[in-house]
Amino acid sequence: MTFLKNSVSLLLNQQTIKRELLRSTVIEITINVILLALLTLTAISLAFTKDLFASVMLMGVYSLLSASFFVLMDAVDVAFTEAAVGAGISTILMLTVLAMAGRFENRALHHPRIALFVVIGTGIMLVFGTFDMPAFGDINAPVQTHVAPHYIQQSGAEIDIPNIVTSVLASYRGFDTFGEVVVVFTAVIGVLALLEMKSEEVRNSVAPAPMYQHKILRIVGKILIPPIMLFALYVQFHGEYGPGGGFQAGVIFSAAIILHAILFGVETTAKAISLPFVKVLAALGVLIYGSVGIVAMLNGGRFLEYNALAENAITGQHVGIIVIELGVGITVATAMMVIFLTFARRVGKSNGESA
Amino acid sequence: MIDHLPILQVIVPLLAAPICLILREAQLVRWFTLIASVFAFVISVLLLQQVQAHGTLIYSLGGWDAPIGIEYRIDQLNAYLLILVTSISSVALLAAGTSLQKELTERKETYFYVAYLLCLAGLLGILTTGDAFNVFVFLEISSLASYTLIAMGRDRRSLWASYQYLIMGTIGATFILIGIGMMYMMTGTLNMYDLAERLPEVQQTKTVFTAFAFFMVGVCLKLALFPLHLWLPNAYAYAPSIATVFLAATATKVAIYVLLRFIFSVYGFEFSFSHLPLKEILVALGLMGIFAASIVAIYQNNIKRLFAYSSVAQIGYMILGLGIGSKTGLVATLLHLFNHALMKGAIFLALAGVVYRVGSVNIKAFAGLGKQMPWTMGAIVVGGLSLIGVPLTVGFVSKWYLVLALLESNWWPIAILVLVGSLLAVIYVWRLVEAAYFRPALQDSAPYKEAPLMILIPTWILVLANIYFGIDTSFTVGLSEQISASLFGVAK
Amino acid sequence: MNFLEQYNYWIVIVLMMSGFYIVIAHGNLIKKLIGLTVFQTSVFIMYISMSKVIGGTAPILNEAYKVYSNPLPHVLILTAIVVGVATTSLGLALAVRIKEAYGSVEEDVIQEKDLQQEGSQE
Repeated sequence: MTFLKNSVSLLLNQQTIKRELLRSTVIEITINVILLALLTLTAISLAFTKDLFASVMLMGVYSLLSASFFVLMDAVDVAFTEAAVGAGISTILMLTVLAMAGRFENRALHHPRIALFVVIGTGIMLVFGTFDMPAFGDINAPVQTHVAPHYIQQSGAEIDIPNIVTSVLASYRGFDTFGEVVVVFTAVIGVLALLEMKSEEVRNSVAPAPMYQHKILRIVGKILIPPIMLFALYVQFHGEYGPGGGFQAGVIFSAAIILHAILFGVETTAKAISLPFVKVLAALGVLIYGSVGIVAMLNGGRFLEYNALAENAITGQHVGIIVIELGVGITVATAMMVIFLTFARRVGKSNGESA
Repeated sequence: MIDHLPILQVIVPLLAAPICLILREAQLVRWFTLIASVFAFVISVLLLQQVQAHGTLIYSLGGWDAPIGIEYRIDQLNAYLLILVTSISSVALLAAGTSLQKELTERKETYFYVAYLLCLAGLLGILTTGDAFNVFVFLEISSLASYTLIAMGRDRRSLWASYQYLIMGTIGATFILIGIGMMYMMTGTLNMYDLAERLPEVQQTKTVFTAFAFFMVGVCLKLALFPLHLWLPNAYAYAPSIATVFLAATATKVAIYVLLRFIFSVYGFEFSFSHLPLKEILVALGLMGIFAASIVAIYQNNIKRLFAYSSVAQIGYMILGLGIGSKTGLVATLLHLFNHALMKGAIFLALAGVVYRVGSVNIKAFAGLGKQMPWTMGAIVVGGLSLIGVPLTVGFVSKWYLVLALLESNWWPIAILVLVGSLLAVIYVWRLVEAAYFRPALQDSAPYKEAPLMILIPTWILVLANIYFGIDTSFTVGLSEQISASLFGVAK
Repeated sequence: MNFLEQYNYWIVIVLMMSGFYIVIAHGNLIKKLIGLTVFQTSVFIMYISMSKVIGGTAPILNEAYKVYSNPLPHVLILTAIVVGVATTSLGLALAVRIKEAYGSVEEDVIQEKDLQQEGSQE
């Protein structure tokens, strides 16, 4: 309670803030404190549990909590992605691997004292670094006064789409996003290089039993898959106006396919979507993104200079952003499918060996 | 097209990678990869010409000028390293087809080349960009690709080595992310040159100091500075030979580039060396690295691991040169970057030949190889002499400048230590020479044939480069001196 | 008062360090990756915290609002999240292969087997 009083008095000092704003800010700060407390609780219990299944669940909880925190911090796009990736894809991949690697940690910690020493030292260094940081939420902090105002004030005129995050992501810093797509592609290559099996190995493996026999799951799942895909398309093409975009859409779309695989078995899904073709699509998404850059170069602009794509600069920006978002969506969706299916098939191999 | 050279440097290998996945046929992919790499090499040579003629090149990606957008910025330092990375990459690829036949199954070959191209593109991306966050993104591309390359080794220990590298590398990358975040927090910008303008205003703050510390620790993890080198020896020892050649000759060098760029161009020499005990720290760690790693190397029986430890020691020399904090010291570091890539490239390529014929790099397997594989062993001997620093090899040139720099600063005790360090290199190289030339071949096996030409030729290209650049130093020394002068010029 | 100004960052440090501790102290390869995820996610929280403006709103242009939180860290963290999941999936793939090759995902068992293998070769 003293803490709440503190926060109120802090805010009263800033006289420019209006009364109704004050009330909502107090609520925001209260939620902030609660969320951060829950995050701390989750992180610390993670360090103590020996049950890996519980750890993975806690990790999912941690992701969801941080996603809620991101909403509170006005980072809706980030929250969306964190929920889809951290709580969704990461968790399901971890669970798949647990099916192969066993559920419990059975060993004592490694040099826990040295580890604690290193960690506390690093932590003290970081706390030292916070002493000169600008205050949380300060509108006069350097991050709010340099570079960022350009995006907020000019993106309306220069790019003309409401979601500034999409403007920055797809155009101002479009090359970072290109790099991001390449990172996903690299992960696909890594997972395939490590886990892909020969066709005879696939035949000899015993795929994990699908959940087909559970009637309720099957029917509910079947009903859910099309709307999930539809929602993915909505997110894909609505990213300019609200939170969303190619990345989130790709993850959601792959979620539908993953659900299918869980219900009807990995091999059924692998056949249904034609895995080799999906691999090519993952490469194609990267090429689509890259070719937008090259077309811009051929039109006399710089790499990824969308202004050069059409007569009118704004139209060029719109065309460029839609096409690259499509590339992102394709690569991410197919990448997540390939990664999940490759992992899930491998479970079948270890089943086959033990059988 | 000349205008677009900076971006072509990166997107040629970057876009070649997905195309390779679509081509699928290993034969086709092999040639395609080689062509992409050679093309990148040509671009890097053209870039150096452009930089020498017109000064620093700036390329605004997406047409948005920095700091609003991301820019590529290429000066002599960038161009120098670009040439180093692309040339070694191309030479290693010449041998890749033959070497991989023995070390990988055909089905995985395509993935190897795709990962190789991605790793190359990632390293080139780090070298060209002028944006701090973009460094992080391309660092991760190259790192993820190199974890993949390492894990494709035949021995199961390659998996464990790759995993350890992944954990250490990701911790390093996260530290770098923390550092970049704090720099951004205090300045509001991510562009390196905008940072350099805005940092002096806040350079007394604890936050900027912490940002510097975290960034440096992160980069040092990546460049395997002693005592953060633990991931390196096994990673190099068990990776497929071609991956070892490429990574040993380039990856740590790119990390050193990042270190130099942030010390000199972003924070400025004055901040880095006057406000902090960086000089003492770097010199101490460099020396400890030289001695600890060289001594461990002496006791290795796996020859690839022996030379991997020697790499950690050589990184120590580079860091020592940097730690002197003088123009000559920096010249020594820059020279050794290039020269070490040539030596280790030659040695690891020759070892690829040994793996191809003998199937093992254990020191016992080397008995009698001096007669059976004269060209391969000759290459290793020249590379070893270069490591020791014998005159007429590149190793001599960089050691010479290092000792010169130490004497200039009146640090003669350390100069003596450097020479003692070279003696340690004599010991580990001698162990190999003794096994190969003075021990009789094992009786029970048929004599091994000389390594195939497709491995020998690239090996000897690098061996001759070792000798050529050891005699005609005008290119490397000239360029290093210009770079060093300009880095110090900016700082003062 | 100062307490509130830096409160977020201090909690973030606690979070980061719990993740970092899990990575270095736990010997189970999967647990290490979980720790790494927590470590990285906590750094994301640091970035997003600095983007917030008190009284601001999500950076989606709308005539009803004038003050927006900074969109740039959001973009950076979107990229970082993707990098994080890519790293995790590659790490998991390695863990699976290690389990197949060594029969365990515990660090000390693996190191023991490596030592045995090296001993038998020499």
